[in-house]
Amino acid sequence: MKLNERSVAHYATCDSPADHTGFLRKRVERHHHHAHHHHATSYQRRWFVLKGNLLFYFEERDSREPMGLVVLEGCTVELCEAAEEFAFAIRFDDAGARAYVLVADGQAAMEAWVKALSRASFDYMRLVVRELEKQLEEACKSLAACRKSPQRSCSSSRRRHLSNPALLPLQEKPTILENGYSTWGGGDDSLGVACPDRDGGHAKPPPLPPRRRSAASGTAGSPAMPESPVPPETACFSKLHSWYGQEIATLRREWQERQKRGHP
Amino acid sequence: EQKSDRRQSCLLPLVAPAGVHGAALLPTSTPVFFAVLKKRLVKLVVNFLFYFRTDEAEPIGALLLEHCRITKEEENVFSISFIEEPERKYCFECDSEEQCQEWIEALKRASYEFMRRSLIFYRNEIQKITGKDPLEQYGISEEARFQLGTRKQ
Repeated sequence: MKLNERSVAHYATCDSPADHTGFLRKRVERHHHHAHHHHATSYQRRWFVLKGNLLFYFEERDSREPMGLVVLEGCTVELCEAAEEFAFAIRFDDAGARAYVLVADGQAAMEAWVKALSRASFDYMRLVVRELEKQLEEACKSLAACRKSPQRSCSSSRRRHLSNPALLPLQEKPTILENGYSTWGGGDDSLGVACPDRDGGHAKPPPLPPRRRSAASGTAGSPAMPESPVPPETACFSKLHSWYGQEIATLRREWQERQKRGHP
Repeated sequence: EQKSDRRQSCLLPLVAPAGVHGAALLPTSTPVFFAVLKKRLVKLVVNFLFYFRTDEAEPIGALLLEHCRITKEEENVFSISFIEEPERKYCFECDSEEQCQEWIEALKRASYEFMRRSLIFYRNEIQKITGKDPLEQYGISEEARFQLGTRKQ
């Protein structure tokens, strides 16, 4: 499946701040063609970078492009009983998708990673945003009700700001617009006013999909949001998991070696 | 309603009868506008735009929608371009101008970074009005990803 590879690699390596980084040992996944073939479990140390809902891993900390990418949607992060201490696993709702077993350097590092990864999904972010958006509306309403002159605090222009975060208030001047894209093209774009709301200032984010039922309800600290039985679309993402060429080349080499050794 | 379902995504099977025509532009020295238009079913799932042949269930490709720019081109047409290669545009022709606008609005909000900034914005606004940090009840107020002002981008 094609991906806008160059853009993805750029996003992975650019200096936009990462949510979490560090070395982890990643279990090497081999294909077992015969049940009685025992390959010793091995781990490879990789440099991991979490940006948003994307977990990139690099061969070295200063590698110029990622080896792989894990899209953290429709997954659970849990401690796992590997032979290794400080191991945790990323598992997907889609049974066909491979799991990732990762090993941290110590207890604190493991806990930090599990926490960071558990809350990394876009779905989670969107849930929280929706919730805050409602809270802000309510806060504004009760403020308006308290005050004699509701116009002051909740004027239409301010309401425009409230519902469209692209038009940020004056105290915070964003240097980026929309999808993390810096202003470019000779400063044609002003602060989001280039995209006026057609419906008069109430451009709301797209409605949330119903929240999936988590396999592991033990993600500590997640908000008690209403659950829905409808599973997310994971078929698309199973193609993206562990995607990069080098990884595939390694698998192919191993397979070829096995072929040479006479395994059918 | 099928139109909005198609835009949303995640949960519905791919039965939309009319896709969005798409074409990838090859970078050239002078911006040639259209190559070949291929009919594709396009599906927005979180910050990825998947595209399919209209009769297939598995996507043939995807675009990660981070550090990208959505631009209205001519009638019914919008484009997606990326920060490191701004002259290369992925163009999409919609069935109507209305559909085109819907897609533009949806795609502009589709990045994780946009979500994050929205969250920080709302958090800050709520805190200004109520004096309380709304993230505290979720136990996530200390998370690095939600901090105001630490993200320089």
